[in-house]
Amino acid sequence: MNLTLYVWKQKSKDQPGELVQYDARNVSPDMSFLEMLDVVNEGLIRENNEPIAFDHDCREGICGTCSQVINGIPHGPQERTTVCQLHMRNFKDGDTIYIEPWRAKAFPVIKDLIVDRSAFESIIQSGGYVSVHTGGVPDANAIPIPKEDADISMDAAECIGCGACVAACPNGSAMLFTAAKITNLAMLPQGKVEAKKRVCMMTEEMLNQGFGNCSNHYECQAACPKGIKVSFIAKLNREFTKAVNIFSEPGE
Amino acid sequence: MILDGKSPSGPLAEKWDRRRQELKLVNPANKRKYKIIVVGTGLAGASAAATLGELGYNIEAFCYQDSPRRGHSIAAQGGINAAKNYPNDGDSIYRLFYDTIKSGDFRSREANVYRLAQVSNNIIDQCVAQGVPFARDYAGYLDNRSFGGAQVSRTFYARGQTGQQLLLGAYSALSRQIRAGTVKLYPRSEMLDIVIVNNEAKGIIVRDLVTGRIESFAGDAVCLCTGGFANVFYLSTNAMGSNVTAAYRAYKKGAYFANPCYTQIHPTCIPVSGDHQSKLTLMSESLRNDGRVWVPLKKGDTRAVKDIPENERDYYLERKYPSFGNLAPRDISSRSAKEVCDEGRGIGASGRGVYLDFADSIQRLGEDTIRERYGNLFEMYERITGENAYRQPMRIYPAPHYTMGGLWVDYNLQSNIPGLFVLGEANFSDHGANRLGASALMQGLADGYFIIPYTIADYLARTEPGNITTEHEEFGHSREKIASLTDKLLSIKGDKTVTRFHYELGRIMWDYVGMSRSEKGLNTALEKIPALRAEFWKNVRVTGQGHELNQELEKAGRVADFLEFGELMARDALERNESCGGHFREEYQSLDGEATRDDQNFSHVAAWEYKGADNAPEMHKEPLEFENVELAVRSYK
Repeated sequence: MNLTLYVWKQKSKDQPGELVQYDARNVSPDMSFLEMLDVVNEGLIRENNEPIAFDHDCREGICGTCSQVINGIPHGPQERTTVCQLHMRNFKDGDTIYIEPWRAKAFPVIKDLIVDRSAFESIIQSGGYVSVHTGGVPDANAIPIPKEDADISMDAAECIGCGACVAACPNGSAMLFTAAKITNLAMLPQGKVEAKKRVCMMTEEMLNQGFGNCSNHYECQAACPKGIKVSFIAKLNREFTKAVNIFSEPGE
Repeated sequence: MILDGKSPSGPLAEKWDRRRQELKLVNPANKRKYKIIVVGTGLAGASAAATLGELGYNIEAFCYQDSPRRGHSIAAQGGINAAKNYPNDGDSIYRLFYDTIKSGDFRSREANVYRLAQVSNNIIDQCVAQGVPFARDYAGYLDNRSFGGAQVSRTFYARGQTGQQLLLGAYSALSRQIRAGTVKLYPRSEMLDIVIVNNEAKGIIVRDLVTGRIESFAGDAVCLCTGGFANVFYLSTNAMGSNVTAAYRAYKKGAYFANPCYTQIHPTCIPVSGDHQSKLTLMSESLRNDGRVWVPLKKGDTRAVKDIPENERDYYLERKYPSFGNLAPRDISSRSAKEVCDEGRGIGASGRGVYLDFADSIQRLGEDTIRERYGNLFEMYERITGENAYRQPMRIYPAPHYTMGGLWVDYNLQSNIPGLFVLGEANFSDHGANRLGASALMQGLADGYFIIPYTIADYLARTEPGNITTEHEEFGHSREKIASLTDKLLSIKGDKTVTRFHYELGRIMWDYVGMSRSEKGLNTALEKIPALRAEFWKNVRVTGQGHELNQELEKAGRVADFLEFGELMARDALERNESCGGHFREEYQSLDGEATRDDQNFSHVAAWEYKGADNAPEMHKEPLEFENVELAVRSYK
């Protein structure tokens, strides 16, 4: 099939960008979306043009590197699918496709479709961990954890940190990303010890980094390639309320 | 030269304790005076950087990805082995050791493998303490699954995303140290050279992938944790960015490259669909617990699955290896798949595929149980192929996946260059000629959490901290060399793209240095690779500039190294006149087609020393001595 692409081209962070038209010819339905872009890029290089810069790595939907807004939807039209796992059989001959980078205040564009997501790093560094040193820990089976709790923790831990939730949110909020980490740890006895401090530090850092607030649009859940649920945001809010109430008690 | 692996003496079970007693320590107040460079932030790199940071050293950590959480360890699906024996099914440290060394076809260092089995239990404890949500049973205890090459259930897992969860654990520990200020992180940075001063590793040269600047970093020691080189085949299960550059450039600076011909071709990957294919996707080996591998009995049978009656199907793994069946080790399963396809019994349009069939398990256990165990893998399969594996068998075929070979290290994980340590897949030490499933995660974390913190101190305690700075002339030389390499790549302005060269190299490697090798084929490869390399340096087209984000330039540097490294692989495969593990030489097989080792002549590590662009590399041997296991014919029948 043959497609018309409009791709965001931007030389660097400080220069203005624009949508540029490209043709994608002889696209096979078995190609992944990124393989389609590979073919377009090979053609551009052969004609001595600069290829389209985009982030990608594992190409199996787990590293969270790929980050493109396709026809207005982060990661494109297929539910629970990263760009690298989106296949061209989801499009038809003659389609026009708009490809843009993540758009959010906290994710500045570096070049073309590549954005800077280091704001996510700062959120994790502010408290997204259990403060345990290597060595000197108890046997792994010393503390039984109810299967249901471990499963919820794992549901949250599946987040790949791609940032689609932020790109989808009209407020550019990182609530889903932060909530996933909070829930992953808050569901486990190992994470409970520091739960209150963690939720305060991480939410504060989220605001410091320029992410917006949550106003319940649920666009994040719709865009998430791993099906992370907004109910985790409720969990984050509950953890936050618990923590703030405790912190405001006399003597705290 | 005969290399010494420096294994400790004494009984196997006491070797590591004994070594730890011998190793020098750095006192807590002095640790902060030392700076350690860690390259790569997958499981080995992240766990090493975090642990060394916790101990008080100054760490500078580098990764080419935008975040350390994206190292390719993240893609490991199935699980991580440990000798916990929680299921009470007869496992022990010794059994894990033995399974690993047997799976490696008796081509690994005994003492290393035993230590790996010993620390395996600490890894699980550590990960649980970090909040890794491993699978649990209804009583709340950790669950185990079985895996290829073993008859006990010792594999811990987190759905089909074990690597992701372990890496997020190590990444969280790393993030904590970044916050604490002990680790400084340099993402989107690629190491392009190692700096050797007075024959010791004292720094690295890095390209900032955003600005294109070439920068120097000095340190008291360097840890390379840069993964494997399966992308030499172009198509592999590795990430697109995975490369041999850091390891290969260390080799060109004098580090020995050991056993480059040992590559693991994973039996369960989604078959190639066309020429546009950019990578291959693995389907976890754990699927072989419940899936049965088969092809039609007749050649060229194009009937639909439902039209092939039971007695016209060949469950060839169950037939050939009744005691291990579908859980036969990776090298054997892959080769068997190639065999049946070579016989013309392969399935799918290309004829390069076999079925992995869940119909029996679904009937026995119900679709829900299968969904609970492998739901995400079935989903992934459907996304890529458009087929529903609950209704029809998966189509699978082997693909390059892991490389057992790597930079040579001694028992302390130190290369032949003092101060240069190599961890995880980047080294060669623990998996012999074939890696046991679910052992890669184990080795990466063992090296990073529990081995390097002890062994690196012994080196540092003998050195003066901070005595070499980036002002040293070696840094200048190295920067100039890298800058001129960049200029050269950009100035050729030929007709062929970097990707095209990579593709052509991959074809040569897969055809002649792949699952099955012969003297004739390897000699062909040794003619074709230099010819392709010569063409590359005359005719490659690299667009853009050096001083900017330039993905073509990044690729070009990596492919240039693969074009040299491929030759080293072929040379090593040609020298090793035996079949062992993943290295199968057609000349050396038994009557029933099994690999035939030659312990008399090849029970050694082949470690190659670079001798300049115009000379053949020189091979050094490290004899492998087995004090505790008897070298047996590896049988899974």
